[in-house]
Amino acid sequence: MDFRLTEDQRALRAGTRELLARLWPPEALREPVDRARLRGLWRALGDAGVFALRLPEAAGGVGLGAAEAVLVFEEAGRVLLPGPLVATHLAAGTVEGAATGESVVTRVDGELVAWLEAADRVAGDPGLDLDLTGAVPLRSVDPLTPLHRLPRPAAGGGAGAGGHDPAAALLTAAEQLGSAARTTESAVRYAGEREQFGRPVGSFQAVKHLCAEMLVRVEIARVAVYAAAVTGDPVEIAGAKLLADEAAVLGARDCVQVYGGMGFTWEAEVHLHLKRAWTRARTWPVAAAAEEIEAETLGVGGG
Amino acid sequence: MELTYTEEEEEFRARLRQWLARALPALPARPDPGDWPARRAYDTGWQRTLYEAGYGRLHWDAPPAQRLIFLEETERAGAPYVGANFVGLLHAGPTIAAEGTDEQRARWLEPVLRGDEVWCQGFSEPGAGSDLASLRTRAVREGDDYLVTGSKVWTSHAEIADWCELLVRTDPTAPKHRGISWLAMPMDAPGVTVRPLRTLTGTAEFAEVFLDGVRVPLANRIGAENDGWRVTMVTLAFERGTAFAGEVVACRRALEEIAAAARAGGQWDDPVLRRTLGRLNAEFRALWRLIQWNASKAGATGGPPGTGGSVLKLRYSRARQELYEAAALVAGDGGLDLDGRWTADRLTSLSYTIAAGTSQIQRNIIAERILGLPKGG
Repeated sequence: MDFRLTEDQRALRAGTRELLARLWPPEALREPVDRARLRGLWRALGDAGVFALRLPEAAGGVGLGAAEAVLVFEEAGRVLLPGPLVATHLAAGTVEGAATGESVVTRVDGELVAWLEAADRVAGDPGLDLDLTGAVPLRSVDPLTPLHRLPRPAAGGGAGAGGHDPAAALLTAAEQLGSAARTTESAVRYAGEREQFGRPVGSFQAVKHLCAEMLVRVEIARVAVYAAAVTGDPVEIAGAKLLADEAAVLGARDCVQVYGGMGFTWEAEVHLHLKRAWTRARTWPVAAAAEEIEAETLGVGGG
Repeated sequence: MELTYTEEEEEFRARLRQWLARALPALPARPDPGDWPARRAYDTGWQRTLYEAGYGRLHWDAPPAQRLIFLEETERAGAPYVGANFVGLLHAGPTIAAEGTDEQRARWLEPVLRGDEVWCQGFSEPGAGSDLASLRTRAVREGDDYLVTGSKVWTSHAEIADWCELLVRTDPTAPKHRGISWLAMPMDAPGVTVRPLRTLTGTAEFAEVFLDGVRVPLANRIGAENDGWRVTMVTLAFERGTAFAGEVVACRRALEEIAAAARAGGQWDDPVLRRTLGRLNAEFRALWRLIQWNASKAGATGGPPGTGGSVLKLRYSRARQELYEAAALVAGDGGLDLDGRWTADRLTSLSYTIAAGTSQIQRNIIAERILGLPKGG
């Protein structure tokens, strides 16, 4: 057993971080993302192999696995990369143009569809009769995630409805992990720089302990997400999403708190992490569903 | 990123499993928790059995993955945990192994591994808890000995221990971290008085130890004089690293039992309880993954687990308390019965966020040593 990242995996992570620093620097978050801008980004991500990562090399893919995909999506989460990344990645190989980033593919999750207007295709379970004609835009809390609400729960809601895909849950959890790691780093950096009472606010235990708890949540989420990628077990994936959602949402909220007044401004990037974390936490499985999935397996073997 | 065990590791697991299936039925009945001599005999007897089967050294020498398998399999099989051998196997032993001379290793390690000698820990004092480095027990040189005077508290197994890993102040003028030494003190030396300390569980799991001019040979010092703080950090790193592996496995088993009881008793219909147990399932699985992560890193560097252990300690101690709070929900009125299935565990769980560095101290360690935030405040 060796749970550590391999050399190749570390290189992939470093390479992805460099790529995204170029494609999606912090300033990129300041401009609205319209259809043209999203398509440009998609082509570049497609060229870099982000969508074809898990396709076999014979099919023009990169031939890597879930562990590698999780590392890439963690990096995407760090920089708040916009767009239906998970849906397009999962559509590679089945929807034409998804692997190369020529097609923007989104998916239905519960009653919501993100990036509906910018998308070329809406993926769903085969046989799912999606009626998107009545989809109504809502004023999305996340400025970089446009949302439409469907007129009624897709295929009646319930188990087996559109969006209940563990693979999507895993990649979403990886994005949450990246966001949580980023807000933790930001909070720690700010706490070390900002001075009050003649010293850095990070020297006060009240602030220190907030930061320490942020890191603990990140590290727990990290091992949960990585292990879920390795085992592929749907229950473990649900648990990983639960812990990663919590790390991202609470991490961003604590980061707002550490930033003080600055945290409440539009200018600081923190609120964008919180809002994106909220939208991801609403995707399947939400906390209640994940906890029920985890509970289902408990106590059935006698004891 | 691999969670599958190698062929060699799986072979080890299979052999161990076979051996446990033979060895466990031969064990005597578990002694009464209040009967210290019987507990000592039981715990050291088990250690002797492990030793003779070639499993005695696993806490020190084995590659971390093998050690994890050992802790996992013994716990699953319901084998005894380290018990009275806790300090010897997990604190003093690893410290002597890492910092002692050849002679010291030869003197003290083998008896611990064979279950012949039991150790206790003399670190905390009435005035030195979280601020351990402010300890005041004095050791003054006289000839080839130190003369030790002071008092220690929260000393587990003091009544039945042969040796005490003792922190003493050897230089009262130096800054507090630089005047401490680590001594191996014989518990039967004249001047050692042990007074049992009754805890909120109702039993005497700890003791106070009073030291009045106790003679400890200079040769019993591990590491250099006044270097005891650094030597201690080695011990604490072991304590906070993978030392909880067996306990996390035990908690996962307890969670299964609590859920099974809730299903049988009808409490399962309560979604709040169900979700609480579901969350704990995710939590304890993640803690196990963190232990595997730490073990993989330790396996690569060969050193003690380091500050990463604080992350595990902080989260695990809280999860354990949440687990037995959930058990109390399932137990209902039975949670008020001292003979109830989980009452003792619920009470004991309160010590986890205090012992071996409080949660508050762990957060300081994480903030200052991992995140690099400034000291002070």
